[in-house]
Amino acid sequence: MVQTNFVAYLKLDGIRKTFGRFEALKSIALDVARGELMVFLGPSGCGKTTLLRIVAGLETQDAGTIVQDGRDVSRLPAVDRDYGIVFQSYALFPNLTIASNVAYGLVNRRDRRDSIKGRVRELLTLVGLPDAGPKYPSQLSGGQQQRIALARALAPAPGLLLLDEPLSALDALERVRLRGEIRALQQRLGVTTIMVTHDQEEALSMADRIVVMNHGRIEQVGTPREIYETPATPFAADFVGKVNVLPAVIESGGNCRIGAMSLALGRGDLAAGTAVKLYLRPEDIALSMNGSHAPNTLHATVAKIEFLGAFCMVGVALDAPGVPPLVVNVPRQTVTQAQLRPGAAVSVCLPSAALRILG
Amino acid sequence: MATAAATLPGPLPAVRRRHHWQERLAQGLLVGCCVALALFLFAPLAMILVKSVQDKDGAFVGLLQFQQYFQTAALRQSIANTLWIAAAVTGVTVPLAFAYAYALTRSCMPWRGFFRVIALTPILAPSLMSAISFIQWFGNQGLLKGLLGGTSVYGPIGIILSSVYATFPHALMIVLTALLLADGRLYEAAESLRTPTWRKFFTITLPGAKYGLVSAAMVVFSYTVSDFGIPKVIGGNFNVLALDIFKQVIGQQNFNKGAVVSLILLVPVFVAFIVDWIMQGRLQSQFSSRAVPYAPRPKRWFDAAMLAFCVVVALLLLAVLGMAVYTSFIKLWPYDLHFSLRHYTFGLIDAGVINSFWNSVKMAVATAVFGTMFIFGCAYLLEKTAGMNGVRAMIRLLAAIPMGVPGMVLGLGYILFFNHPDNPLNGLYHTMTILVLSTVVHYYTSSHLTAVTALKAIDNEFEAVSASLKVPFYKTFFRVTVPVCLPAILDIGRYLFVNAMVTISAVVFLYAPETQLASLAILNLDDAGEIGAAAAMATLIVAASSFVCIVYAIVTRLLLTRTQAWRKPASAV
Repeated sequence: MVQTNFVAYLKLDGIRKTFGRFEALKSIALDVARGELMVFLGPSGCGKTTLLRIVAGLETQDAGTIVQDGRDVSRLPAVDRDYGIVFQSYALFPNLTIASNVAYGLVNRRDRRDSIKGRVRELLTLVGLPDAGPKYPSQLSGGQQQRIALARALAPAPGLLLLDEPLSALDALERVRLRGEIRALQQRLGVTTIMVTHDQEEALSMADRIVVMNHGRIEQVGTPREIYETPATPFAADFVGKVNVLPAVIESGGNCRIGAMSLALGRGDLAAGTAVKLYLRPEDIALSMNGSHAPNTLHATVAKIEFLGAFCMVGVALDAPGVPPLVVNVPRQTVTQAQLRPGAAVSVCLPSAALRILG
Repeated sequence: MATAAATLPGPLPAVRRRHHWQERLAQGLLVGCCVALALFLFAPLAMILVKSVQDKDGAFVGLLQFQQYFQTAALRQSIANTLWIAAAVTGVTVPLAFAYAYALTRSCMPWRGFFRVIALTPILAPSLMSAISFIQWFGNQGLLKGLLGGTSVYGPIGIILSSVYATFPHALMIVLTALLLADGRLYEAAESLRTPTWRKFFTITLPGAKYGLVSAAMVVFSYTVSDFGIPKVIGGNFNVLALDIFKQVIGQQNFNKGAVVSLILLVPVFVAFIVDWIMQGRLQSQFSSRAVPYAPRPKRWFDAAMLAFCVVVALLLLAVLGMAVYTSFIKLWPYDLHFSLRHYTFGLIDAGVINSFWNSVKMAVATAVFGTMFIFGCAYLLEKTAGMNGVRAMIRLLAAIPMGVPGMVLGLGYILFFNHPDNPLNGLYHTMTILVLSTVVHYYTSSHLTAVTALKAIDNEFEAVSASLKVPFYKTFFRVTVPVCLPAILDIGRYLFVNAMVTISAVVFLYAPETQLASLAILNLDDAGEIGAAAAMATLIVAASSFVCIVYAIVTRLLLTRTQAWRKPASAV
């Protein structure tokens, strides 16, 4: 997925923004490749929406430059930039028909009437609502309205598409359906796209690359797999997916100590005595009923089982004192076959390859 | 990281975004609005402050005039009079309005819509009308004079009765809103806990309506303090502050003393206004969009009692309006009760007073049209465009002030400011234009709030979307914002029209004989003892206001049906 012939369509450099005494963005530098879908992911207040609005020219950065397609747009007003935008609230004009909404940006360019009509039809077909033209926004469902908002934004064929939490106002099913559609459409048109979301699943499923943001800083930039498998910071590990955190002290011989227990780390580059934190995904822990002899296998007791459909989240307490409890993902069938119950004695294996040391 | 660190030291020059000419246009218009408000609201009020510390010759005398004022026993008496009358009116009107609103919202009695309309009729008439009507009922030749047991209606009783009538709809609307905002789920929760009715009333209903009640009390209080028409007509020798201003300015041409009394009048009204402002804010925040409206269930005895109460109140209200209308159509109260149009033909048309009615209509139309355009346009620029935050804050403040300024004070400020020989705008004095301007400013706050509420209710990103589609903001304003906000715009227009028809306090200082308004004509006719003609004029005002309200209702209904396709969310798709 990482482009080898990387062409930056949008270059952000040293972007800073403060609101009063609150530092919303602290020197953001970022390149967005031509044709990629980049997702700004982070909790509310992390600055992701502010950054998007700065790219759109709806807010002005305190410092920093924005270069879009080789043109410095840092100081241009929104009207003079080249982008289409879709908001969480759809922001469709309620008193105009769907066709008029989609044509809103075309009419102003003084295109010919029939060419506008053709373009509107083309876009409505593109978003899968070819017959919606004469209707009004309030006659459509939320997901349909957001498709129309997308068509309206794409109508003047902008170089950049900005999506500000486009799926957050939709119900769960519609959200999953529309995210697939937006992604397919974006890939088909090859339009460079930035999407803001706080939903990690959405980010993982749609993005070419994800920018994980926190407190006005970029924590990590990478493909969804990179972010999930090799998080660069504790925040990235914790925000994207579930993770077990174990405080540990490095011992000699590539081991570490957690409470009364010793684990093999499979690496010896850290000085003995260093305090570290180990990060481990719940699905990377292997749980078995009969004691296995693989390295890093420990005895534990099932504390609780939370049923989540396809798998169960099993909380286990390790028998070694001073070790925090762990969460393990176990497939539903395994839980059934092994008749796993709270209080059952199990063994868990913490594979050293899956252990990630951060901070 | 190294490059980022290299750029860090030292504060960078702030990025200054270039402005598109459209943004410049919006900002220019915004500054224009601010200048207009400063000129037609702030400057006149500032002028009062200046005059109050000057003597007749313009020399600075500090607080000397205030000192003199407080040394005059008669004038001190009017402060006490004003305050106790206002307190009494508040004490009667608010509970009455609460009970009436309670009946309208919490009972299943029949004809609730009808009772609501009846209760709002006093708004259509100038406050003077109620005073005239009460004179007809309880005056020296009154039908029910005996009921007062020898006390004269001319004085505190008359003022209180008339003021209760005039303020009732204002209080009712506020309390009604507060009761309608109640969350039905609270009552369901209380019921599931087997809470008795009286306890529900004291633990849910009253606390829920608390802010509304305080707000209503403040509005009634300041209305009564500010009104000068009622005490002028029915007050007899009973002095109040508003009347003192009138006497100082019109009677003695002592503008500086008038300014002093104005400032004293301003104090209670402004305090009430601040309290009201805070309460309104709490009332708004109390309302959650998830609240489920309370749906009353039929309860035979309770509904019957509520109906009886509403019938009595409605009959009393109609008796006031009805007496004025009746008086206008009979020959001579109480000696010749035959139907006659002579008060209209003789008293108004032949006497040439009818012109003032047409002046009023012209003034009201101009106020409604230009006022609505300015107020809505200004609110739009304020809410939906960007930049110039200092100017924005200033406009917000200026827009809030008129509600806390009695009309007499505003009117006096206008004389002082626009009649000043050095003011290049002094040509406006005594023109129709200045009447329109003062009326728009006088009723600015409510209209402004209506506009802001409507604008806040529509999607905040329309302007951002337009910019991204390269459509100028004014195009979106006319194509989207105005059509979507049309109900609110019509509402503002109606509000301004009705108030312009009945207003008296600000304009009493500003009219010339050829621009005399209908409400002022009532005052002068009453002064001349032409009570029949005065009643006829009041009836004409009520008719004109009713006509506009009915047209408004029809237009709004038609508009909503016509635009139902996009206004009503689809039930199922």
